[in-house]
Amino acid sequence: MTPVEQLRESMRKDRQWSFMYSMLDLDLDVSQGVILYLEDVSVSFDGFKAINNLNFYVNAGELRCVIGPNGAGKTTMMDIITGKTRPDTGSAYFGRTIDLLRLSEPEIAALGVGRKFQKPTVFESHSVFENLELAMAGDKRVFPTLFARLGGEQRDRIHEVLGIIGLQEQTHREAGALSHGQKQWLEIGMLLMQDPHLLLVDEPVAGMTHQEMDRTAELLLSLEGKHSVVVVEHDMDFVRSIAKRVTVLHQGAVLAEGSMDEVQNDPRVVEVYLGE
Amino acid sequence: MLAVLLVVAVVVPILNLVVPESSPWHVSTYTVTLLGKYLTYALLAVAVDLVWGYLGILSLGHAAFFGLGGYAMGMYLMRQIGDRGVYGHPVLPDFMVFLNWPELPWFWHGFDLFWFAALMAILVPGTLAFIFGYLAFRSRVTGVYLSIMTQALTYALMLAFFRNEMGFGGNNGLTDFKDILGFDLKSDATRIGLFLASAGALALGYLACRWIVTSRLGRVAVAIRDAEARTRFIGYRVDRVKLAIFTFSAMLAGVAGALYVPQVGIINPGEFSPLNSIELVIWVAIGGRATLYGAVIGAILVNYGKTYFTGAFPEAWLFALGALFVVVTLFLPKGIAGLVGMIRTWRRSRSPAGPRAEAAP
Repeated sequence: MTPVEQLRESMRKDRQWSFMYSMLDLDLDVSQGVILYLEDVSVSFDGFKAINNLNFYVNAGELRCVIGPNGAGKTTMMDIITGKTRPDTGSAYFGRTIDLLRLSEPEIAALGVGRKFQKPTVFESHSVFENLELAMAGDKRVFPTLFARLGGEQRDRIHEVLGIIGLQEQTHREAGALSHGQKQWLEIGMLLMQDPHLLLVDEPVAGMTHQEMDRTAELLLSLEGKHSVVVVEHDMDFVRSIAKRVTVLHQGAVLAEGSMDEVQNDPRVVEVYLGE
Repeated sequence: MLAVLLVVAVVVPILNLVVPESSPWHVSTYTVTLLGKYLTYALLAVAVDLVWGYLGILSLGHAAFFGLGGYAMGMYLMRQIGDRGVYGHPVLPDFMVFLNWPELPWFWHGFDLFWFAALMAILVPGTLAFIFGYLAFRSRVTGVYLSIMTQALTYALMLAFFRNEMGFGGNNGLTDFKDILGFDLKSDATRIGLFLASAGALALGYLACRWIVTSRLGRVAVAIRDAEARTRFIGYRVDRVKLAIFTFSAMLAGVAGALYVPQVGIINPGEFSPLNSIELVIWVAIGGRATLYGAVIGAILVNYGKTYFTGAFPEAWLFALGALFVVVTLFLPKGIAGLVGMIRTWRRSRSPAGPRAEAAP
């Protein structure tokens, strides 16, 4: 574009300048059926390309599994979506309109992107109930929080989530006293309290017993349809038990995408996983 | 806790005013003032406990806010001296006459009014804490680095206030106060009034902090203490929560300082010494972190010990303080306040009914 054209473009009458509206005022637009768009995203740390021209889309209401060897860029991808890491190039949109790259971490969380970390981090000195209370969607500025009172409806919502994650009996126990699996579920419950549109779940079954894994699979499957869920996981059996669509990442880019069977029979995937 | 404070606030003045001096129950005015001083220390300890115990910010510079509040009050008391100073100048405090200053520096104006000085005793520490906190928390400075910065802050203030050019009396500080609000500072009634004001301020400060820590904001603060990144991901503006509570705590410290100065009769840059800030963290640790009443107990107990030791064996005080700190850290990790819980679990483990309550699913 020549400078003149640039000027004409910027003077267009229907042009909306980015400073004229806040991203937070926009409604999530999933009219195309896609909730997350990552396009041509690249990130490098000290010359190492953690993400290399990644294109990744998630449909609304979909349960998607992401697998890939260590260093494939799975966690970095999560970091970009949640605003922790800024990509060098590319774009990240939440729905059709909301540009994630222009928002801060708390803003993205407020829009309805929830993330569960690899290591369960719950607030150990608070009870299970208080953990869910703190995570609840609502006004989280300083003074409204100071004057906040728990309403009946909110209390019902907390009990509903307690039911989903199966921790009713632990309601008033200190979160630090829970088992590893229970902490993971509590953390998923904390995500649900935020009424998220998109849930990012990082290695939910690491260190779990088989019963706990089955319980987690049930829990994640029950969320499908109501929320879009992206699960990053190493455990292939677990992925097979929940996944309809699987994305394989390798060296910061998508290597293959499809059903579990398609992906497993893909020769490139076999090569990456079995070693060169 | 409040009931105990109320009893103290009622009984001590009665013992001082009504009970005759010959009676062993008589409390001397000296003791009343001493107790008043402890109460201001207790308020300071509550302020520190709020940011350290609940928010996880180990501030090693809280004495700076205390000192600033004290200086604001000291400036008012200096202006109250009027022409009764050694040099008899109608406006200028003695040290300015001594330094041949022609007129009052701009920042001394307004301090002849009590309400202005009282406001400044809160606003100056609050503003400093706000600016410091805004810069530090926005850049996500945490842990030991933040502690070192707070230490540097109080040290810098100490060096600045030592300079005569600053206009706060240099290393002599402000002293020779005569009266407050027209009442003679040396009279028993004024001393009791100040004691009651300190008790009242402690009660209000304690209630305010209690209210904060039992609100949802208090739970957010503990969440920040235990898992800061997680709290941010849930959607709380961690830097703002920290800034708000830190600033409030600094204001409380300022109030404590403003009440401290008329009771001890002097404020000098020594109050900013880094050692003071560290000592007050020790009070809180000894009393019990994250229990507000623990901070009060710790402040009063340690300072009583300090008064006793520095009178009886002056050289031994620092050793005693160090030993106390080590003993508490080793045997009472939750401080004196944790002792109650320890005794309770010990008794439960001995009584047959106890384990059943624990085993319930």
